[in-house]
Order: sequence, then structure tokens, then C-alpha cells
Amino acid sequence: MTAALEAMVVEPAGESALLQLRGVTKTYLMGEITVQAVRGVDLDVQEGDYLAIIGPSGSGKSTLMHIIGCLDIPTTGTYTLAGIDVAGMGELQLAQVRNRRIGFVFQAFNLLPGMSALRNVELPLMYAGVSRADRRARAVRALERVGLGDRIDHKPNELSGGQQQRVSVARALVTEPDLILADEPTGNLDSASTEEILGLFRELHDSGRTIVLITHEHDVADQASRVVAMRDGQAEVVR
Amino acid sequence: MTWLETLRTAYEALNTRRLRSLLTVLGILIGIAAVILTVGLGQGASQKVTDQINKLGSNLLIVSPGSVTSASGVRGGRGSATTLTVDDAVVLSDPAVAPDIASVAPTSQSSVTAIAGNANWTTTAVGTTADWLTVRARTVTAGRFLTAADVASGAPVVVIGQTTATQLLGPVSPVGQTISISGQSLTVIGVLNVEGSTTGGDQDDLAIMPQTTYSARISTTANPRSVSTIYVQARDQGSLSAAYQETVAALLATHGVQPAAADFTVSSQQALVDTVTTTTRILTVLLASVAAISLLVGGIGVMNIMLVSVTERVREIGLRKALGATPSVILRQFLVEASLLGLVGGIAGLAIGLIGAAVLPGMLGQPVTISPIAATAALVVSLGIGIGAGVYPASRAAKLPPIEALRSE
Repeated sequence: MTAALEAMVVEPAGESALLQLRGVTKTYLMGEITVQAVRGVDLDVQEGDYLAIIGPSGSGKSTLMHIIGCLDIPTTGTYTLAGIDVAGMGELQLAQVRNRRIGFVFQAFNLLPGMSALRNVELPLMYAGVSRADRRARAVRALERVGLGDRIDHKPNELSGGQQQRVSVARALVTEPDLILADEPTGNLDSASTEEILGLFRELHDSGRTIVLITHEHDVADQASRVVAMRDGQAEVVR
Repeated sequence: MTWLETLRTAYEALNTRRLRSLLTVLGILIGIAAVILTVGLGQGASQKVTDQINKLGSNLLIVSPGSVTSASGVRGGRGSATTLTVDDAVVLSDPAVAPDIASVAPTSQSSVTAIAGNANWTTTAVGTTADWLTVRARTVTAGRFLTAADVASGAPVVVIGQTTATQLLGPVSPVGQTISISGQSLTVIGVLNVEGSTTGGDQDDLAIMPQTTYSARISTTANPRSVSTIYVQARDQGSLSAAYQETVAALLATHGVQPAAADFTVSSQQALVDTVTTTTRILTVLLASVAAISLLVGGIGVMNIMLVSVTERVREIGLRKALGATPSVILRQFLVEASLLGLVGGIAGLAIGLIGAAVLPGMLGQPVTISPIAATAALVVSLGIGIGAGVYPASRAAKLPPIEALRSE
């Protein structure tokens, strides 16, 4: 057991780590059966890191992503994000942390239909209580940043898959979050669009953004500067 | 997030599902319009009848003969007996007997054929006294009304209504003309003001003549002194009750009968108004309840659509939560969506109701009265229904955990 635990220590605890997970477990109760999706993960992500978490479905990587994204709290263990202890937070505080500190990019884009790209990008700022004029200016800037400055009034169904994902990257960027968390961001894209989005992530990394990317594709994971593999609820460093 | 932002978000969500929102609004719309119109029709009908009864005159008591029971035991309706006579009217007009009675007008009437030149016209002949004019709150627009002298002498004179004048004499000035009623030549001495129709029939199609003239020349009843109605006017509103007591007491004494065997009925205008308003109110409540049920169904429609919406929009809710929406923000958004459906339905229903109130009277011949209170209540109720129907779906949406929401495909 001790040996197993040591193997799980992905990196020694750094004082300046942006993300710090210690002994994180997550147990679900599915009817009568308890399922341990994450079995004690230690993980540090430094500011400016570009980390890929790779693993097949059922490896616990999605659960880990939910915990990192403050969408769920660990059953045991600690998780600090930018020095804040997240593990014991209530729903209200978690919502705030998600809003201020994390930018999400989802596999299915998750843009709201019927709303323009601009309105979609403004959404997190609206929940943050940013004034209307300020909101618009920042959303326009974020859309320009992802190369969609000429598409701000287009609705999601008027944009290609790659463009839609770029809108959701803009939405993730607009709050200037500490962390960009991408869950299978290229899963619904063709190879050209995949290259487009991965290029965008590279640029963001180069400009100093912290990115955590969850994927099951090795060529996508290869783009990251560090790779951690999830297997049976445990994490091990690949490189 | 401000209320304005919430409102805008709710509007966007409803606008995305335009047809569905429209159909949901329709349910509330129909309910509100139905309630407004049925209540409006009821109030209008009640108002109309009340106005008509009030047109009879003011502070009025109406004495009708009692019913008669035939040898075979068949009881006739009210007024079938001929127990009231002009003598009763004389007794009632005696200030010593009835100090609270201002004027008394015994009235007999029957349907007759009037002829003038080539024109003939069926009208209502009324035999009465000079007091009829004040008791019934009428005036003459030309000539004069009957005088006590006309009544005393049984003068062959008649005062006619505007309709009668037009039908018989056309454009000719009626005063001074001679018309023939049931073969009797009578001189027209005056024309009544225009009053319109009331519950008592067309008040402009009358031929008023002295009671004496009527009983001597026109009446076909066995007892020429009998009258069909005695109108009694009290001095003022306050003495109406006293006048009622005096009338009953005087007639009982004159007829020599016990109260239980009274051969006459005294009813007041107020009693008539009360009867009519009670009847219309019951009808209105009945109709409005049916309409209210349709409003309830509309409310359930809103709840249903909101529940479907929550289930359908699990991903959207999850996304909003991931982006930082707190449960209370989600709760508010869905509540505002539901209230918006209710309120828009209410406003549209009110508009339809107002249009109906403008159009229906022409089609049905029934007035529709829409009070500002009813209109305001309709809006408040529709908003309340929206909020009420939204509470459950909204709390379900607010409680959805973000991962469950995001996971669903």
C-alpha cells in the first residue's frame, strides 16, 4: 500500500503550485454498489503549465476533471486552487470559484443556441456581475483573440464546428481565469479543426496561460508539455 | 446578476422556443379573456336591468293585485285578481292615512288599436291620474299632461309617446290631432319625452288617458273601477320603508282582510333590483367559475411546459452552473420565464377581453362592463399563476448538480 501510494505521488509538493491535489478520492454510490472512481491522486500543476491528462474511458479522468473544475468535491483528500482550499466548499462558493478562476472548454462546445457568439462569450461575465459596456468590450476582445472578430453576431448554428469551439475557448478566456480546463476539446472536430484548436492552445500556453487538457487521444496529449495518465482511478506521470 | 439581465435571459430562452411559448401563452390568454368577458357580461346585464328598473321612477312602491283561486282550485299568478280599485288609490293618497306617501297613480292598461287617418297602430292604452307623470319620472315635450280636471270629468283626451306619435301621425305635430282608440275619438293634448325600452316594454309606445275615460270607454274588464297597478311614490328615500308599512296597513284595512290573506302585493324598486342582481350574480359566478377552470388549465400548461423545459435544458443549466451561475440565479431565471409566460398571457387576454367588450355589445345586444379592478386583478392573477406554476420546475432546475447536467447527452 505504501509503495502504491508513493507511486501515485506525481510531483513533490511545490509551494507555488497553482493546483495542488493531495490524496484525492471520489466514491460514488450507484444503487447498492460503491464505485471508487478516483483512488488517491496527488497532483501539482504550476502556473504556466500545459498538462494533458490521458486515459481510456472509465479510468476516472472525467471524475478528476470534475474535481479540478470545482464541479464536484472530493470524497477525501485536499484540493487547493490558487491557495484556496476547495474541498470543503459549498455550492455557492464553488460557483464563484468556477466563475472567477476556471475557464471551461467542453467536447460538445456547449454554446447556447439562439444567442450570438458575443452573448455566449459574455455569459460568464454576466454571472460575475460585470457591467454591460465592460462586458461587451471584453467579449469582443476575447473573440478577436481567437480570430473570430468578424463573427461576433453569428449564432452557433451559423458557425462551423471549429469556429464554435473557438467561441467556447473565447468564453473560457474572457474572465482571465487562473486555469483553462478543456475536456476532450477536439472530440467532436475533424482533423483540420483539431489542428486549429490545438494551435490555439499552444499560443495560449506560449502567452503564459495554465492549461489542463483531458483527452483519450495520444496525438492530442503529445501537444502538452506534461502528460499524466489515468488508469483505474490512479494517476501516473508519463512525462 | 441584475433583474434586467434575468429578464433578458428569460426572454431569450422563451424566444428560442417561440412556437411553444406562444401556445403556452394561449392557454393563459384564453382563460383570462374568458374570465374578463363572463364577469363583464354579468356586470353589464346586471347594470342594464338595474338602470331599467330605476327608470320606472324613484322611491317607488308598486302595488299589484293578489292572485285569484278559481272554483277548481287553480291559483292564478300574481296580478290575476282584480282586487285593486281606484278607491284604494284614493285612500292611499289621503295624507291622514299615509303621511309618507307623496303621490299615487292608479294605472290600468291594455293593448288597443289606435287609428289616425289611414294609419293604424297597436299600442298600450293606460288609464291613470295626473300624478303618473311625477311618479314615473316622465315629462312632456309638447303640449301638456293630464290634469286633475281631465280625470274628474273623464275628458276625451290622450297623451301619447313619441313612437305612437310617429307611427300614427308621421311628421304632423301631434298636439291637437284627433286619434281613435277602440272606436273612441280622443284629442291628443301632449307628447311624452323619449325614454326607451325598459323591463316594462317600450316606454315610448303609450297612450295615456284619464283613468275615468279609460274605465268608461276602453276598459273591457267586468269591474270598470278595478286597476292593474297602483304606483306609490314615497316622499324621499328615507320614508320609503314607512310608506311601505302605511300602504300595506291601509290596504289591509280597506279590504278588511288579515295579513295572511292579503289580496295584493307591494314590492319596492329596491326589491326588484335585488332580485335581479342576485340572479345575475349567481349566473356570473357560475360562468366565471367555468372560465376560471380554463385559467387553471392554462396554469397547469405553464407548469407542464416549464417542467419539460427543465428536463430538456439540463445541459444548458449545467453549462450555466459551470460558468458560475448560482442555484438562486437559475431559480430566478426559470421563475421569471414562467411569470413572463403568465404575464404576457394575461396582457394579451386582457386585450382580447377589451376588444370583446367593444365588439360583443353590438353583436349580442348585451352590454359588457369591464371594471379597472377586474382588469388589474386579471393581470395580477396571471402573473401569480405564472409564478405559482414556475416554482416547482424552477426549484428542480436550481437543484440540478452541474456534473449531472453536463453529462447528459
